[in-house]
Amino acid sequence: MNPLLVFPDPPPPELTQCLDLGGWAWKAIDDPERAVSDEPDEGWAGAIVSADTDPDGAMGMCRRLRSGEMPLEPLLLLLGGAQLADLDSRYDLFDDFCLMPVRPAELEARLQHLFWRSGRGTRPELVEYGPLALNLETYQAVVDGQPLDLTYMEYELLKFLASSPGKVFTRETLLSRVWGYDYYGGARTVDVHVRRLRAKLGEKHAGLIHTVRSVGYRFGQSRWGI
Amino acid sequence: MDETSFERQSGQQDYVLRTIEERGVRLVRLWFTDVLGRHKSVAISPAELSTVFEEGLQFDGSAIDGFSRVQESDVLARPDASTFELLPWASPDEPSGTVFCDITNLDGSPFEGDPRQVLRRNLESAHAAGFEMFCAPEIEFFYLAQNTGEPVLLDQASYFDLTTTDVSSDLRKRTLHMLEALSIPVEYSFHEDAPSQHEIDLQYTDALTMADSVMTLRLAVKKIAMEGGVYATFMPKPVNGIQGSGMHTHLSLFRDGTNAFYDGDDEHGLSATARSFIAGLLHHSREMTAVTNQLVNSYKRINEGYEAPRYVSWARNNRSALVRVPVTKPGKPDSTRVEYRALDPACNPYLAFSVLLAAGLRGVEEGYDLPKEAAVSLDELSRSEQRDLGVAGLPTNLAEALDEMEESKLVRNALGDHIFEWFLRNKRAEWSDYERQVTPFELEHYLPNW
Repeated sequence: MNPLLVFPDPPPPELTQCLDLGGWAWKAIDDPERAVSDEPDEGWAGAIVSADTDPDGAMGMCRRLRSGEMPLEPLLLLLGGAQLADLDSRYDLFDDFCLMPVRPAELEARLQHLFWRSGRGTRPELVEYGPLALNLETYQAVVDGQPLDLTYMEYELLKFLASSPGKVFTRETLLSRVWGYDYYGGARTVDVHVRRLRAKLGEKHAGLIHTVRSVGYRFGQSRWGI
Repeated sequence: MDETSFERQSGQQDYVLRTIEERGVRLVRLWFTDVLGRHKSVAISPAELSTVFEEGLQFDGSAIDGFSRVQESDVLARPDASTFELLPWASPDEPSGTVFCDITNLDGSPFEGDPRQVLRRNLESAHAAGFEMFCAPEIEFFYLAQNTGEPVLLDQASYFDLTTTDVSSDLRKRTLHMLEALSIPVEYSFHEDAPSQHEIDLQYTDALTMADSVMTLRLAVKKIAMEGGVYATFMPKPVNGIQGSGMHTHLSLFRDGTNAFYDGDDEHGLSATARSFIAGLLHHSREMTAVTNQLVNSYKRINEGYEAPRYVSWARNNRSALVRVPVTKPGKPDSTRVEYRALDPACNPYLAFSVLLAAGLRGVEEGYDLPKEAAVSLDELSRSEQRDLGVAGLPTNLAEALDEMEESKLVRNALGDHIFEWFLRNKRAEWSDYERQVTPFELEHYLPNW
């Protein structure tokens, strides 16, 4: 699984202990800009923001993660009982919250619940985005409920892109991550396959895969509004 | 096979097996190609596919053109799972899938009579030299009322004509939908110069995928024509007096993801690699013409001229040249390419792409010098003027082309001994049959007078 973004750096020790116990991958980030620059290729799985030591910094981080057309979710906010009043009219900035000090079982249950709600975690075999759904167990892709007839590489490329909506990938990244070997076509192959995928998605949904000029490709709306 | 390619292959096979199960596929067609470029198919039930993935499908190759050998006639068809497609024209109640196969010997080594393996081998040599070849053919064909007797054309339209009422534009549209569904993107399609003649230009892709695509396209065009009650032909020159059908093919080489033919510092944007690649194509063109134009009939197209090249020459803006270098659009260096105009659509695309690649690469390896551009249309020059320019003609018939090929180490090397020798034998026999035919021309001109 992709890592969770955790704020602040270093995070409260009781939080890291809970995450490690639960087997969650995580990475601590202090600076909101680094949330963008240090984002892994597959994107962040979600975020846990702890507001007890630096409440203003925590809200700044939440706002950054929730900005753009593809706000990061799920986002779990940790705060002290005295900070509850600060949540007023900021309900858009998080998906759930948990009072500190955290109890390991409660944190685990809240994370599981959040991932279940956002369609990940407990149903890892499905990737969904708008009209598109991919069943990773049966290798089937549907758009508007209609099955798509894809070749293996078309399917793998679509799966990779749709698993990280909003993220821009270069041709080289796509080639190494999706093809992962010396293919006859080299990086141009990516263009060829994107062209084929768009044709199969049909006119109405071809726009799900955006060409980002002189960079590469992005699936779905930009997460950071660029 | 190393570990990652093994994992990749088993992932692809798993994908195909699951798709077959999920989509209720009833029949899987294993496709391959004989040496003459004819499409072959064996259907198996989906239940057998997983065994065939593991062990291959054993069959007697001796009845397939170019597959026969003295010692051992059995070969294995090994499906290339990455090419699996659901057939868009299969009935929805009986979905069927297709997959291209590589042919191997029983010990698993590539079968030397398999054109797809020949192209793989040539692409691997190019890959070892750091190059990947991309192709984009422009495939012409005629719709005829039937497939026997005097050809009957469907319309009297011409280039780019929008023929709202004619049957053929509907057929072409349906063909395009089929091709897109089969992962074969079409760049343009339009009514060609001649009546009832059409052209489909494919979007560039790597040479192996493109050769597969040409095979699928020929099948799809014929299939849809047949459903519409007409006949589609890729015969190079089906009708007297009007131009034949070609398969002008755009070629480009990429190195490390960038176009190796482009050089921004050059006046015309052409790199040294591009220049010697073109020189290689020109230098070896006569000896590879039997492969790019393999029928007796192919030379009727070439000799007729029009858009078919008769002379070994290159140019930027002269469409009578054998190699044309289309002007690269500003800001699009990756579209730099060369267009080889001799090919016709009755060729075996695997073998034709193999010899083109081998000829171009030989030019690059040896650093051939590019001859002067042919700025004027060579057809307009007298033979002596052509000689002064040092312009050679392409072979004017199959026999001449075979003589040239027989002397060619380059073509022998590109095709491998097995195919090289079989092809020459087979084509010599075809020419010998043809030479003894009394033609309608002779009956018309000689019978009344002699």
